[in-house]
Amino acid sequence: MKVAFTLNGTVAEWEGAPVTRLVAALRDDLGCTGTKIGCDAGDCGACTVLLDGRQVCSCLVAMGQVEGRTVETVEGLALPEMLAALQASFLAHGAAQCGICTPGMLIAAEELVRRTVRPTRAEVEDFLGGVLCRCTGYSKIVDAVMEVTSPVGEPDPAAGEAVGARLSRVDGIAKVTGRDAFGADAIPADALWIRVVRSPHARARFTLGDLGPLQKRLAAVLTAGDVPFNGFGIYPDIKDQPVLADGLVRYRGEAVVALVGARAEVLAIRDEEVPIVWAPEPPLFGVDAAIAPDAPLVQADRPRNLLLEGGVKRGDAGAAFADCAAVAEGVFETAFVEHAYIEPEAGWAERVGDRIEIHVTTQTPYMDRDEVANVMRLRPEAVRIVPTACGGGFGGKLDLSVQPLVGIAAWKLGRPVACVYTRPESMAASTKRHPARVAAKFGCDVDGKLVACDVRATFDTGAYASWGPTVANRVPVHAMGPYAVPNVRTWGEAFFTNGPPAGAFRGFGVPQAAIAHEAMMDELADAMGIDRLEFRHRNALRVGDTTATGQVLAHSAGLAQCLDALRPAWREAQEKAAAFNAKGGTHRRGVGVGCMWYGIGNTSMSNPSRMRIGLSPAGSLTLYNGAVDIGQGSNTIMVQIAADAVGLPASQFALVAGDTDLTTDAGKTSASRQTFVSGKAAEKAGQDLRQQILRLANAGPDACLSLEGAKLTVRDGAEVRTIDLATAGPLMGEGVFDPPTTPLDADGQGVPYATYAFAAQMAEVEVDIELGTVKVLRIVAAHDVGKAINPTLVEGQIQGGVAQGLGLALMEEYLPGRTENLHDYLIPTVGDVPEIECLLIEDREPLGPSGAKGVGEPGLVPTAPAILGAIHHATGVRARRVPLLPHRLREAIVQLKGKTP
Amino acid sequence: MGDYLRPRDLDEALQALTRPCTVLAGGTDFYPARVGRLVTEDVLDIAGIAILRGISETPTGWRLGATTTWSELVEAELPPLFDGLKQAGREVGGRQIQNAGTLAGNLCNASPAADGVPALLALDAEIEIASFAGSRRLALAEFITGVRKTALLSGELVVAIHVPRPPHVARAGFLKLGARRYLVISIAMASAVIEVAEGGVAAARIAVGACSPVAQRLPALEAALVGAAFDGSLADRVEPTHLAPLSPIDDVRGSASYRGEAVLTLLRRLLSGLVS
Repeated sequence: MKVAFTLNGTVAEWEGAPVTRLVAALRDDLGCTGTKIGCDAGDCGACTVLLDGRQVCSCLVAMGQVEGRTVETVEGLALPEMLAALQASFLAHGAAQCGICTPGMLIAAEELVRRTVRPTRAEVEDFLGGVLCRCTGYSKIVDAVMEVTSPVGEPDPAAGEAVGARLSRVDGIAKVTGRDAFGADAIPADALWIRVVRSPHARARFTLGDLGPLQKRLAAVLTAGDVPFNGFGIYPDIKDQPVLADGLVRYRGEAVVALVGARAEVLAIRDEEVPIVWAPEPPLFGVDAAIAPDAPLVQADRPRNLLLEGGVKRGDAGAAFADCAAVAEGVFETAFVEHAYIEPEAGWAERVGDRIEIHVTTQTPYMDRDEVANVMRLRPEAVRIVPTACGGGFGGKLDLSVQPLVGIAAWKLGRPVACVYTRPESMAASTKRHPARVAAKFGCDVDGKLVACDVRATFDTGAYASWGPTVANRVPVHAMGPYAVPNVRTWGEAFFTNGPPAGAFRGFGVPQAAIAHEAMMDELADAMGIDRLEFRHRNALRVGDTTATGQVLAHSAGLAQCLDALRPAWREAQEKAAAFNAKGGTHRRGVGVGCMWYGIGNTSMSNPSRMRIGLSPAGSLTLYNGAVDIGQGSNTIMVQIAADAVGLPASQFALVAGDTDLTTDAGKTSASRQTFVSGKAAEKAGQDLRQQILRLANAGPDACLSLEGAKLTVRDGAEVRTIDLATAGPLMGEGVFDPPTTPLDADGQGVPYATYAFAAQMAEVEVDIELGTVKVLRIVAAHDVGKAINPTLVEGQIQGGVAQGLGLALMEEYLPGRTENLHDYLIPTVGDVPEIECLLIEDREPLGPSGAKGVGEPGLVPTAPAILGAIHHATGVRARRVPLLPHRLREAIVQLKGKTP
Repeated sequence: MGDYLRPRDLDEALQALTRPCTVLAGGTDFYPARVGRLVTEDVLDIAGIAILRGISETPTGWRLGATTTWSELVEAELPPLFDGLKQAGREVGGRQIQNAGTLAGNLCNASPAADGVPALLALDAEIEIASFAGSRRLALAEFITGVRKTALLSGELVVAIHVPRPPHVARAGFLKLGARRYLVISIAMASAVIEVAEGGVAAARIAVGACSPVAQRLPALEAALVGAAFDGSLADRVEPTHLAPLSPIDDVRGSASYRGEAVLTLLRRLLSGLVS
């Protein structure tokens, strides 16, 4: 059928099956890849377009319904050579992080601003309520829409002034125009497609029948036998997860068979048509089942289903409790949590001679390269990873997804091969946050000083190791919280189950542990009659203190400053809550505080980063940056840091990012390490280049540089020298940084991290006592970031982390087979996240670039504790299990009432 | 690939329905059920049939065309009788879904948590059904027969929803309980229409959703309200025994016992809200 309609103001003609989704026609046939697919089910709003001026999900509109109508997409917003006001406002406010929801957000906002140019916050929420964002916490998006008519000036800092400036994202224009190409946006038209057939069982043996008929219909049907080395995993010595299961599946959603062929052909084949004979076995769900004496093993070579255990021991916690003035104890449980990045896993591969090139959404190009090489039995140099724009990661795109499948298929078939996960597939197949059971006991003396703590954190690591060891290692170091405690015993352990593989998720287990230690702080403070914030202030780790691992904090331990910064808001909020509650009624307000510390970078492991800055004979200045920007803004801050280190304006830098053929290994975008580790490498690279320039000009360290074409001018006091780059030849500065750490001994003693971020957040909540619902009214977040390289981006990280922490506390629970979509699995919408005020504390870290540390994960860690503390303040209910869904809170309120007559 | 028919008039649609095909209107339930696979069945797209769309007043009440969207309903000029239905419309999905999803689609999808059903039950809505052979009308309570089940026979199409004009001035409301603000499937919801005469309740129609396979009216509560003063004491008349028609279940959104208790709260608040 032919469909004629108006697309972005011009006549468009399309031909195809009229039941085709509008979004598919836009993306596949009409070149409008700015419109994104997040779910194909109307749950996320990423595909929002205007249809006759009204926002709709283009995944829910049949092309047959578009005849004669008007469709507007993000591509139609900008004026020639100029951003629309809304786009400019998004850019200036930092409203786009990863950018995958940005086109949908812009279009939803466009419907509103055409009706009213000065919308209220409530109107903005109503119009944007159907678009999910997982990065920003919505704060800057709401600001950008409300302030669309009052443009914010964009700084263009001079040489030496980039660090600390609110520079717009260097990749921001691509994001607000929809031009940024994500994993599914630039797949070659002739690519074959992979559809993965996955296990419907959590634990089963299986045999494959005759695949011949399917093989005749398709280009290939890949099974375990087609994988040269069928095991992957992030640890060099744990390659326990098969690319395609070999006769045995260990979780629901595990990949079994890959169908490769023309896209329509592989999509037309139903799972039932693939001859797999299943023999399901009773699955192990939860740690209790895994550690039962007669439990079958999830992995044959892992006795007791144990992945790993270990802890930190200092002083004598057992004995010290006896002398405590107050002791608090509790057990806290958390659920599987889904990353829910709005961009599902996607990528494509192409064989180029005897090399394989993989374009993929990822957080870790170099690890992908090595993993793919290992699986395909190739040399690492034979694999090129070209990261596409990454539509959110949060730890979930650190593990392999489509990479080995598209690589193997493209290698075998000699044609480009693509794979794009559906939303249910993404949720079923990918890693999750570890469910935890944290048993905590803390004691303090008569002055309210902490004396002892004993924390045991038990994790469900699911079917495969993934990042389980990282979680089990990191948590014992952090489980006492950001406090000086002389007697410490902490233990972390992780067990295999038939749940989804639990992997890396923003915080690596620390958010789960923080729920426990912060509840203990509240209980001890209450027991001692000390204000909860003051109790934390009294015990805060400070410069000069020794941590539980025996590390002396020499610099940059700003928790007390964070709490000082919170104090005015804390007092005001307490008074407001008391006044509100004095009125009585069905709603009660409460205020809570949560603190955290977070070691930046890998735990007691080398994690170097190498950066290069080139200055070509033509005068182009390029940062070769292997650190992947997954939305957090590392592309921008690396340029800011490099610019100041060289002494040239940030605006003169070009950027080459991620590509393993063009950049050097900057390590993974995880563990909040890129600002600190790669930032330092960028700074060193800049200093190196600057030194070379100064040597050429024979100038002193304070000389000022300026670059105009191939002419580099060096002004040293009154002396001015000009370097002709065309004759001087190319210059390349290089910097490497590996944070200094030491291994931990059997008692967990050593220097696990070179530096730590600290934070304290405050939450105000209103609880509907009768219904058990919670409205978070306000969050104030004080973070010691060492130095905010770009305050807008730092705030964006904090606000986005807060939104995920809110979800962890109140609504997010992944249940395999039951919440594998974005309407049963709930993440916060714009109406659920309150205004988030950020207070940036800069307690300089001498090791970091310009004193900076990291902030990626810290934003999330204290939020759930603060919210749960506020709920306790409002209701008396201490949450023992999150998410605290309305029915759980209501049941706890009723139970509490029963206890107190 | 199946056939795709997009007729402009109703007769043509009814003719097409004489052979099996899937009806498509707003697409908000059709496409989510087909994620990651090709659509191969025959489809009858009724969204282009003008007579099926829009709201009009009739001698006995109002006719809501089957493919009227939630946004069109919310923006329509209607008496306070429709306040509950409009409030429900504002709670359907997000704005994108309200702009596309249709009133009749919400009924035909027959989800236990369909946002439109309690309010339409409280409006005493009737469903106008047409087929090539003729047409019939069915009370909404008889139209939805179970989870994802309706009384629609093969060859039949919902044409319109009819809301009778009540004899007295009516107030109406709707409350939805969910675990987040937008795009959320109800844990429970309640809607009420109260007809008021001489300061008292002349008639009451109250329905609850997401607490039984099909949303249910609460006749005992309705009876308890008739004759009561239309004032703040109305909410006090809600009793747990009034919930007998409900059979809430445990699911990922809430427990059965919580639902039962929460519904009492919703009903009391709904009635308090109507008199204030």
